[in-house]
Amino acid sequence: MLAYIVRRILYAVPILIGVNLLTFALFFVVNTPDDMARIHLGAKHVTAEAVERWKAEHGYDKPLFYNAAGTGTGKVTETLFVEKSLALFVFDFGRADDGRDIAREIQARMWPSLAIAAPTFLVGLAAYISFALVTVFFRATYLDLAGVVLCVVLMSISGLFYIIGGQYLLGKLWHLVPVSGYEPGLAGFKFLILPVLVGVVSGLGDSSRFYRTLFLEEIHKDYVRTARAKGLAERVVLFRHVLGNAMIPILTGAVVVIPRLFLGSLIVESFFGIPGLGSYTIDAIQAQDFAIVRSMVFLGSVLYILGLLLTDISYTLVDPRVRLE
Amino acid sequence: MSFQIEILWSDALLFLLLAAVAGFVLHVRRHEHLRAPWGRVAGSRMGMAAMVVLAAYMAIGVLDSLHYRPALPAEPGQPVQYSNEVLSVLDALAGPLRTQVEKTYSEPFATHLYAKENLQLPDGRQVRDYPRLRYGGAHLEDPDRKAADIARRAAVGTGWGLGLAAVVWGLAAALLARRRGGGWGQAAGRLVRAPELAAARTALYTVALLLVLLGLALQLATHYHILGTDKVGQDVFYLSLKSIRTGLLIGTLTTLIMLPFALFLGVAAGYYGGRVDDVIQYLYTTLNSIPGVLLIAAAVLVAQVYIETHPELFDTAAARSDLRLVFLCGILGVTTWTGLARLLRAETLKLREQEYIQAAQAFGVSGLRILSRHILPNVGHLVLITVVIDFSGLVLAEAVLSYVGVGVDPVTASWGNMINGARLELAREPIVWWQLAAAFLFMFVLVLSANLFADSVREAFDPRAGGRR
Repeated sequence: MLAYIVRRILYAVPILIGVNLLTFALFFVVNTPDDMARIHLGAKHVTAEAVERWKAEHGYDKPLFYNAAGTGTGKVTETLFVEKSLALFVFDFGRADDGRDIAREIQARMWPSLAIAAPTFLVGLAAYISFALVTVFFRATYLDLAGVVLCVVLMSISGLFYIIGGQYLLGKLWHLVPVSGYEPGLAGFKFLILPVLVGVVSGLGDSSRFYRTLFLEEIHKDYVRTARAKGLAERVVLFRHVLGNAMIPILTGAVVVIPRLFLGSLIVESFFGIPGLGSYTIDAIQAQDFAIVRSMVFLGSVLYILGLLLTDISYTLVDPRVRLE
Repeated sequence: MSFQIEILWSDALLFLLLAAVAGFVLHVRRHEHLRAPWGRVAGSRMGMAAMVVLAAYMAIGVLDSLHYRPALPAEPGQPVQYSNEVLSVLDALAGPLRTQVEKTYSEPFATHLYAKENLQLPDGRQVRDYPRLRYGGAHLEDPDRKAADIARRAAVGTGWGLGLAAVVWGLAAALLARRRGGGWGQAAGRLVRAPELAAARTALYTVALLLVLLGLALQLATHYHILGTDKVGQDVFYLSLKSIRTGLLIGTLTTLIMLPFALFLGVAAGYYGGRVDDVIQYLYTTLNSIPGVLLIAAAVLVAQVYIETHPELFDTAAARSDLRLVFLCGILGVTTWTGLARLLRAETLKLREQEYIQAAQAFGVSGLRILSRHILPNVGHLVLITVVIDFSGLVLAEAVLSYVGVGVDPVTASWGNMINGARLELAREPIVWWQLAAAFLFMFVLVLSANLFADSVREAFDPRAGGRR
């Protein structure tokens, strides 16, 4: 097991190098630091000295791959590729354009993101599975049909609609919850209700429908027929036997997203004014702060690969037939 | 009036796509085994209704893709100059909708502006009141008689629509009579009652509904702003129509761009295995590991900087925003091809072991030929299902990306830009709801029909889905 995990982690290294090269190519080769400086200084009438000064202030005044002016190993290490791109591997994210330390920002903003994303994920999973089970329990009746129609309609509505509609209805019209805002700790509970609710509802159509097909596939298997044949009630068959077995693909499918919950959601966070990583990223995109975007891309890939690893491990935990080697 | 035809990049790609679809249709028509599943789609009432709605959207999108530049008023002795403004056939047809611009917001069917202004009364006094609109309801002498006027126009429009629908029903009956024999009257009777023609009937009802809507629009939209006006006074109905092209392009061009990569790489990885498989798997795991929105954001930011620093490459504003749209489709393609490629790889792994493939290999058929003759036709249904399912997701993604600021150009008409522009105005009192409502409604109808169509396609083509649902 340990050997497997170590090998998987080693296998992740070339992928992360690939991500690194790709982002480096996008941010430094296609657009040179000169372009970046010009954008930040305002596109017109920028003197060459101003560009150089901006680059020096932000640490971009070095060659891309090879520094002829350097001494010894400095020829290779004192370059943008090593300082800005490879440094990400040791989680040295550097500074944002406004001079703040990105790593510290990420540490602080991770928790608000998680406070929204984790409940959304858990409540959502429970809601989608229950909804799917109910439609399967009443399969081939009008109730089932209504459930499927509801799913198709829900998944045809833009996610932005749920946010704007929820804020207007629950926040402005009925004054049940604050429209937006955030507060750490228990006092902030009231701020979490609406974003979590919106997050759950906007995923209802897609996910419930997916789980429904999963259950329907399961229900035609032999062990279900056996359970029915020995006289078990449909309720018991469905909730004990089918649910238990279908949980394997559902849980392993869900595990992959768990690490990414730290990144939060771009849209939800910026609409609800939550100071998490999602709104951090969106602000960076709008301010064209490439240092932050690069860090988030790298962090996202790391968390995704971690998710893949967790998925494989969780297979062995829930299904004894699977062995990792 | 003289004009100069302008073919933007996205137009050219759209026409290429249409040509490809036409070629595909001809190919399917000639082969019985390919026709059969389409017959099942045609027999599904939901699928047919959805197809009619999609066709209507498509027609508007294509009309909006035939671009030209009108000639400027010529000065004697000078060569003809063409305007910098790129128009489309849809703009020409919509005529007054485009040009009748008010000062600022106005409600749907309003005769007065949303905001108060200082008005000069005929007797010289100044009052602060809602001014009359310049165009909306301007034909009315007494704005209080608006309701009666709207009702009259609506009745006329409905009448026109129903009349046209009757013509379509008549034509359909004539077609049926020619195909199946029997008189026209008999065919019309069967069209109304026969159970085996239920799907065709649903399609015709949908056509009738669309024609009534067309009639209403022709009667009402020329004299009122039926969906109100936006902040700078543009007609929201016109903007919603213009947004259709953007939505469709994002949904279809993305597929067109990514399909060759996904097809070739997915099938090659599955068929050749070994090193080829390793490299291709590495490629899509790497791309997959970057969060989609971030990859798109990064690429669009880079493109934005490129466009900003190279203004000399674009002679019109339309060309610039168009290139950004095409680029967005391309980058969306980069993020979506991995799913299809993985699916195709898995399917090819299975097909590779089949006897007919082994027979072909034993006969010494070359690898590329096996891929194109034996494997590709057998994964076709997977490609089709994925493409129609992806479409609706892409249309919805456009709105979100435009909100993040990495979507289409802010000057391109799109539902995402409409929502983005209207979002902040919700805080106003009374609220400005019509712009949001229009964007969401147009998007909802398109995505819903795409989803329903995707369902019937999947049911017809996926052997596993048969009878289970």
